[in-house]
Amino acid sequence: MSIWAYIFSVLQAAIPAGTPLVYGTLGEVTAERSGVVNLGVEGMMIMGAVTAFGVAQATGNAFLAIAAAALVGGLFALIHAFASITLRVNQVVSGLALTMLGQGISGMVGKRFIGMPPRVQLKPVPIPGLSDLPVLGPLLFQHDLLVYIGLLMVPVLWFLFYRTRWGINLRSVGESPATADAMGVNVFQVRYLAVFFGGLMAGVGGAYLSIVYAPAWIEGMTAGIGWIVIALTIFAMWDPVRGLLGAYLFGSVRVLQYRLQGLGISPPLLNMLPFILTILVLMFSAGEAMRKRLGAPAALMQPYTREER
Amino acid sequence: MNSLPRIRLEKRMDTPRWLSVATPILSVLAALLVIAIIFGLLGVNPLVAYGRIFTGAFGSAYGLSETVTKAIPLMLAGVGLVVAFRARVYNIGAEGQLLVGAICATGVALFVPGIPDGLRLPAMFVAGALGGALWALIPAVLKARLRIDEVLTSLMTVYIASELVNYLVYGPWKGPGEWGFPYTDKFPLAAQIPRIGITRIHYPTLILALLAAVLAYWLVQRTRWGFEIRVTGENPEAARYAGMNYLQTAMLVMALSGALAGMAGVGEVAGIHYRLRYPQGISPGYGFTAIIVAWLARLNPLGVILTSLLIGGLLVGGDAIQLAMGLPSATVYLFNGMILLFVLGGDLFTRYRIRMEFPGRAAAAPVRLEREEVG
Repeated sequence: MSIWAYIFSVLQAAIPAGTPLVYGTLGEVTAERSGVVNLGVEGMMIMGAVTAFGVAQATGNAFLAIAAAALVGGLFALIHAFASITLRVNQVVSGLALTMLGQGISGMVGKRFIGMPPRVQLKPVPIPGLSDLPVLGPLLFQHDLLVYIGLLMVPVLWFLFYRTRWGINLRSVGESPATADAMGVNVFQVRYLAVFFGGLMAGVGGAYLSIVYAPAWIEGMTAGIGWIVIALTIFAMWDPVRGLLGAYLFGSVRVLQYRLQGLGISPPLLNMLPFILTILVLMFSAGEAMRKRLGAPAALMQPYTREER
Repeated sequence: MNSLPRIRLEKRMDTPRWLSVATPILSVLAALLVIAIIFGLLGVNPLVAYGRIFTGAFGSAYGLSETVTKAIPLMLAGVGLVVAFRARVYNIGAEGQLLVGAICATGVALFVPGIPDGLRLPAMFVAGALGGALWALIPAVLKARLRIDEVLTSLMTVYIASELVNYLVYGPWKGPGEWGFPYTDKFPLAAQIPRIGITRIHYPTLILALLAAVLAYWLVQRTRWGFEIRVTGENPEAARYAGMNYLQTAMLVMALSGALAGMAGVGEVAGIHYRLRYPQGISPGYGFTAIIVAWLARLNPLGVILTSLLIGGLLVGGDAIQLAMGLPSATVYLFNGMILLFVLGGDLFTRYRIRMEFPGRAAAAPVRLEREEVG
């Protein structure tokens, strides 16, 4: 196999490997755009994973499983929304609590699923026409439906953020809630919706892990992916397109992690790679943010009360 | 117009003393109630489960001794986190600092020749504390130099430390005498912390933990540096105007909390296991659980003594229901997450009055509030 063929095969595998990160990151980008950091992504994802697997086992219907995972992820996110938007508690600790909660509940619920063979599978659906393109065809257009939907979400969100009233409201709430409020935007409603959407997306990301990528239920199977999502959101500079690229970058690392084991490199050392890369990515983003004077949404992590105006 | 009642928070001028004692207790009880409901939904009888947790942790001399044993790492790491959180420096990486402390202690115990027997254990504690502090300085330096948020980086260092332990016990440090298990060789006698009788309470570490709590209390409440920590945490702007160096304070509290977590790791390998093993074998998440210990103590170092015993008991009880009722080890996380969430929410009652507002009715006279993040 030539070096190009090797790189190609890694990239091809990186796309499904990065898909849970695509969903998670797009969701977190949206939530943070409204000014709320949700560190509970890991918890919402693992809840999505266990829900999807359970529903798939019970009904044999993959789409029902994905929808249920999204809903559970969204409901989980509402806990954080209530705590951080309405009660205005510390967002860092509240998100952390959400992650622990997800790990606990999913572990208890999922115990009966351990070792079960999956009942459903999401098969690759080559897109007629596009899948025959040289290079791009096999790279992008011979995957399963969730990969395509994830890809499609990127232009959709970009359009929503930058070309619609709704996007202006979202961004203004994240930059200056008091101004947005004065303009008649319902700050609380926008934030609740954004956090809820973040949960839906994380739930789908989790579903992808348990019914497509693995496919199996393994306790703690998110294994830090939710935390990488948080880092990717910063790396993405809260932009959907960069979020997608970052997610596939980490997908490639995940693929390399398995392939390099064949060369006799110690697995624990390889397992460090995504986490070391996360730190490097954060360093890169910090340097870039300083140069270009880019930054987080100005009201990130700041609870809003009307009385403060 | 929106017809839903609106919840409004009104800042309290001062918190009645009874309230600041009652809220953590009520928060934990409320959390236990919700967990009971979840247990019920999952087909686990909550009364049986809670009964087993309580008798498992506090119902026998063995249970009590195990509760104290598990409180030791929680107390050490928890005290450090209290100091960090007071300065609003979010060190989430205590688990990794604990593991690095364990690695350093193991290195001194097994691979450094020529230390007199009486100095072996002190050298291990010093090495563990240094290791933990240096590991905590990774996120601290990144924060100081590049303004990178410490929450994520400190967490990433947990995963890296955990894989480092795996690498060592499956690779270069794997003990030839351990029949293929991922363990190092057993520590020599001089590198084992003495215990009380037949219990697993390694009392020198317990004494260190109690000392740490008292010293931290003195440091935070009575020294100029502690004053800076508190001001930095409560009002970073004011601290800056007063010429206090926020980043320097952040580095110092990070290093201090890392050192204490590192010492907790020394206690685990030298007081319990007498060897380095795979990471979950050394710590079932003590560094994360210590976050709850710190928060439950309402960031009071002396309070940590109590809350670490309480949460230690919960861990022991959790082990008991795992064995008796076939529940997975993740059950403990359910307790952790729920208690943390309710303690966080409960804090609100000590700082604010909660008012319900019904649109349409005349609202109370508007009160101007100062911007304040609820800790």
